[in-house]
Amino acid sequence: MEDIFGIPAPLLFGQLLLGLINGAFYAMMSLGLAVIFGLLNIINFTHGAQFMMGAFAAWMLLEWAGLNYWWALLLVPIIVGFTGVVLERLMISRLYKLDHLYGLLLTFGLGLIIEGVFRNQFGSSGLPYRIPPELQGAWDLGFMFLPIYRGWVVIAALILCLATWLLIEKTRLGAYLRAATENAPLVQAFGVNVPRMVTLTYGFGVALAAIGGVLAAPIYSVNPQMGTNLIIVVFAVVVIGGMGSILGSIITGFGLGIVEGLTKVFYPEASATVIFVIMAIVLLARPAGLFGRA
Amino acid sequence: MADSTAITANSIPAPAAEDHGIWGFSRAQFGALGVMLAVLAIGPFLLYPVFLMKLLCFALFACAFNLLIGYVGLLSFGHAAYFGMGGYLAGHAAKVWGLTPELAIITGGATAALLGAVAGWVAIRRQGIYFAMITLALAQMIYFLCVQLPFTGGEDGIQAIPRGSLFGVVPLDRDLTLYWVVAGIFLLGFLMIHRIIHSPYGMVLKSIRENEPRAISLGYRTDDYKLLAFILSAGLAGVAGATKSIVFGIATLTDVHWSMSGEVVLMTLVGGLGTVFGPVVGAAVIVTMQNYLAELGAWVTVIQGVIFVICVLAFRRGIVGEIGNWLKVKL
Repeated sequence: MEDIFGIPAPLLFGQLLLGLINGAFYAMMSLGLAVIFGLLNIINFTHGAQFMMGAFAAWMLLEWAGLNYWWALLLVPIIVGFTGVVLERLMISRLYKLDHLYGLLLTFGLGLIIEGVFRNQFGSSGLPYRIPPELQGAWDLGFMFLPIYRGWVVIAALILCLATWLLIEKTRLGAYLRAATENAPLVQAFGVNVPRMVTLTYGFGVALAAIGGVLAAPIYSVNPQMGTNLIIVVFAVVVIGGMGSILGSIITGFGLGIVEGLTKVFYPEASATVIFVIMAIVLLARPAGLFGRA
Repeated sequence: MADSTAITANSIPAPAAEDHGIWGFSRAQFGALGVMLAVLAIGPFLLYPVFLMKLLCFALFACAFNLLIGYVGLLSFGHAAYFGMGGYLAGHAAKVWGLTPELAIITGGATAALLGAVAGWVAIRRQGIYFAMITLALAQMIYFLCVQLPFTGGEDGIQAIPRGSLFGVVPLDRDLTLYWVVAGIFLLGFLMIHRIIHSPYGMVLKSIRENEPRAISLGYRTDDYKLLAFILSAGLAGVAGATKSIVFGIATLTDVHWSMSGEVVLMTLVGGLGTVFGPVVGAAVIVTMQNYLAELGAWVTVIQGVIFVICVLAFRRGIVGEIGNWLKVKL
């Protein structure tokens, strides 16, 4: 087998693929955070818990209702997104006139509640979720074996991210959304129901996190902590990318996933911290983030 | 967002002619200080001293955190890093280097302050929500370092840290003796924060909280002020963590974990952001709650989450803030 930079090729490509998959989740999560932040001006700390709810919802649909992966992919974002809509209406909407930090504190508390309830119900050891039969197996690409499911996750995440980008940048609905991000009272004066749009935007961001959870369920074991560990890294990703640009979030997410994968090959000790180090460097060089507006 | 209420809900109604009373405390605050001193003095004869020492460590931790959120308006979501690192360094200094407890605690505090200087230097480049996210991410990095570095003992932590003898002469093996030392450290930290807030430097901090662009236009280099506040806060958090590890003889990953950062936010929020005594009361409430509910396991997390939600939605002044509002005084 060939070596690249003194590293066996299968190891290098294997870690690159893992990095790409992590990057797919970073991209989807930071995209959801950015969309929510754009309109609601809060950082949704519950995002990690909602990602975890997505994975658990898929597991419950399979175990309790016998609905397979494909149904989960369709139903879970709707179900979990709806819980997000309820949260926004009941609680988050009360905070818009206050300092934005209260939104962070509230969603942090909600995240604790959700995680705690799931830990009581299911323990913290994790539940298995099988890869759907259609996506089992692996392709031989010549230089490495690509498990089909992993390839599917990367492609599905890319499609979802690009669809979100098209929705926001190229449709009329997206134009309303961008306008409301800039100046909500003015858009409301034109007869657009901004509060409803805000609610639905939150639901949409949550649904994105939930789909991420469904995609992640067969790769990682389904456990109550799976979201929290992810969300802190995603915060760093968001700081690096800046929340100003949708495309920027996607590129930063995938890019940092790849960087993390490469670090695992060349200097494994730093793989857990590399994203935070990059965050510090970016802050020193470009405080607004790579794609952010000051 | 001109109409947005500042996070420190308690900051606003200052009496027109603020009487500077005794040692910079208003008359009401002086009364509250008297109550606190009385509780400190008779506490160990009524309650288990080790429990009280834990409470005091967290109270100092919360006061240090409150210095940032309450008086500069910066929400740090990573204060566990300084608390935990202070604990590790104090433990290492006492156990491996054989330092006396007061030197070990100073080592812990100084390390935390140094760490705070580096992290603060990075974090103060952004405000508000970004500041919270950055401090959380940096703290997570420190957490991973603590998992990997050999001197922290990984999952086991540093165990069997000796209490030693104060100044090498007063042995601290008896809980009650150690209690007086811990109470002294807490009081020193508490009064130091009080002094900082009421100094000219503290006034500039408050002006940064209220209107940073204005403070800049008046010629203050606000970044320097914020950085110094961050260092002081991190250092005091480190002292709190260091004291805790000397008291319990153990320093573990729990104290650097992000959930500890959440807990100190919760303590301060429950007691009252930006109040002098709020963090102390909040720490007492949360530590007591954890003590009595420990057997409920993961439900403690749920209960903490519920308290967060209730505080943010309906109880933003916190306990001390509400009392102060009711008595029409600043506490």
